[in-house]
Amino acid sequence: MSELGHVLVLAGGLSYEREVSLRSGRRVSEVLRTAGVDVETRDTDASLVPSVLADPPDAVFVTLHGGAGEDGAIRSVLELLDVPYVGADPDACRVAFDKPTAKAVVRSVGLRTPESVTLPKETFHDLGATVVLGRIIERLGLPLFVKPARGGSALGASIVRTAEELPAAMVGCFAYGDTALIERYVDGVEVAVSVVDVGDGPIALPAVEIVPDKGVYDYAARYTAGHTEFFAPARLSPAAAAACAETAVTAHTALGLRDISRTDLIVDADDVPHFLEVNVAPGMTETSLLPMAAEAAGQDLGDLCRALLQNAAARARA
Amino acid sequence: MVASEIRALFAVASRPEVVSLAGGMPYVTALPLDMVGELVSELVTRRGPVALQYGSGQGDPHLREQICDVMRLEGIQAAADDVVVTVGSQQALDLITRIFIDPGDVVLAEGPSYVGALGTFSAYQAKVVHIAMDDQGIVPESLAQTIYALETAGAPIKFLYTIPNFQNPAGVTLNIARRQQVLDICQRAGVLIIEDNPYGLLGFDGEPMPALRADNADGVVYLGSFSKTLAPGFRVGWALAPHAIRDKLVLAMESAVLSHSSFTQLAVGQYLATQPWREQIKTFRELYRERRDALLDALESLMPPEVTWTRPAGGFFVWATLPEGLDSKAILPRAVAERVAFVPGTGFFSDGSGARHMRLSYCYPEPDRIREGVRRLAGVIEQEMQLRDTFGTGSVREHSGVDTPGPDLA
Repeated sequence: MSELGHVLVLAGGLSYEREVSLRSGRRVSEVLRTAGVDVETRDTDASLVPSVLADPPDAVFVTLHGGAGEDGAIRSVLELLDVPYVGADPDACRVAFDKPTAKAVVRSVGLRTPESVTLPKETFHDLGATVVLGRIIERLGLPLFVKPARGGSALGASIVRTAEELPAAMVGCFAYGDTALIERYVDGVEVAVSVVDVGDGPIALPAVEIVPDKGVYDYAARYTAGHTEFFAPARLSPAAAAACAETAVTAHTALGLRDISRTDLIVDADDVPHFLEVNVAPGMTETSLLPMAAEAAGQDLGDLCRALLQNAAARARA
Repeated sequence: MVASEIRALFAVASRPEVVSLAGGMPYVTALPLDMVGELVSELVTRRGPVALQYGSGQGDPHLREQICDVMRLEGIQAAADDVVVTVGSQQALDLITRIFIDPGDVVLAEGPSYVGALGTFSAYQAKVVHIAMDDQGIVPESLAQTIYALETAGAPIKFLYTIPNFQNPAGVTLNIARRQQVLDICQRAGVLIIEDNPYGLLGFDGEPMPALRADNADGVVYLGSFSKTLAPGFRVGWALAPHAIRDKLVLAMESAVLSHSSFTQLAVGQYLATQPWREQIKTFRELYRERRDALLDALESLMPPEVTWTRPAGGFFVWATLPEGLDSKAILPRAVAERVAFVPGTGFFSDGSGARHMRLSYCYPEPDRIREGVRRLAGVIEQEMQLRDTFGTGSVREHSGVDTPGPDLA
């Protein structure tokens, strides 16, 4: 592995997940510093491009969540600046960040993903919400899971158990995005599988099982220490654990992702994993899943982040 | 403390691209900062050994005299001995709550009320009961009825917490006639009044209103602050309390922090002694009046007709009411996406109500930014009204709990 000079951690941004991103950025910077890497942390504002041009980093670790961080925008800028970075390229990001598109891709390679309907708010306005929502319930049944087609951290997402709850869930969802993904809710064990590739091919880290104390893994449950119980590795049968690992690696590969990703799955009563969504800039906070998975695998997070940066830097030189 | 979505959204609102009508930050840039710099430098050079030493739990005696001069502007005759200097008036509120409240005790407060106070009351497990308020402040009949109902039910009422001038968040001021009624009702019922008055000297028309404390020295604890009339960075506030309460406050202060910072107390004292502070307050008033006008004009010309709002005669805040079926908390993400922020009304109630309201502050952004912010907000509200029409008015969700924003928003 080559030596790294100075690296840049990008955190903050103007997405709804700014706060989470700042926390991820702090954590990554901290573990990289402990691993002996020269780190600078920056927000994405008007000073970013001039500063990168003046002093190009050896590689960039993008811990920007939601919006520009995961939809490919900031990565396109990094490409324009000829700066190597950890993670998927802009085209792959665009596909993965749009949940309905990502679902279609993984379905085409044989993965299971809950049946769903994707509709922009204009459709409800033009055709009438009552008739369209009624038809959705007839087709998908209840309960349903409603979430914005793009975005993360469960913002705007909710479970709908009765038909009466659906309009409020739609309004809550449209607060965070103009298109809603309405999914059949699959009951089962919620797990997240992180995939990392430091140059030797994608490897799944142990699945992390999520048990929110209030039953729903919402924003508060995600980022309040102690509000969710995690099991790493997940309490799955060896066969189910293997199926989860395979599913995550298959999704990572099918979506053309690179270096790092996290796939969220539900494992049903028959041990079958169902793909929910994939994250191209997984959370790296103290309560985030990828760091827990790394720990469960006996990997030091700082060493892992450094290896990912070295791999990105080497790729650029190749 | 729960990691709330609202706090996450405010993290975005702090970026310069966003017009924040959410913050309660005084515009300290209007201070002559070079003068403050000289003053601090001189303080260290000349009085360093005192300024850098521990002080008394009650606060610097000379500053307490000066505080009495400030309070005289609102008709309060007080002795320095009854003043306790605290870390902002927020600490005074915390100490008073600590002294008086056992879990389950009742605190009366305007509905809506200051989010920072609600957070403190909630931390000590007080039960907050809101008193109705209209554009003339607390409704005395509501106060009397609520006290009667609570007493009948055997609920222990510990005090009434009120912000009589340019209230945070509603921007309304308790009128003269009602001041006497509120004092009478509380006196008859034996209910202590906590009068929180950070904005009293920031009125835009005429003389300051007489404080409740001016007419009742025994039944009122008065909380004051230099945060809005000078700068919040000094963290100098105070409580003026009847003797028995004052003694307890000094003990509580000592057990909490030993003593306030001598350094900032002496700096504030030096400022009051050597600088034209009344003129500075006038400068602040003119600045905030211009911004209030900018906000009211923009609301008038840009908001959909179904939206209404209060017209503050001082202070920092306008309280807006949204059309039926709209939820300010649900609107916030879209507003932030459009680069404008406000504080949803639910944060100012302890019972989850307030969804149709929002607090808009005009203290920090420049007037043209205020207008731009309102333009963006009006667009968001129009979109939201369309969404309401699509999905029906039953689509508003239940809320609960106090969402406490960070200090820059309180």
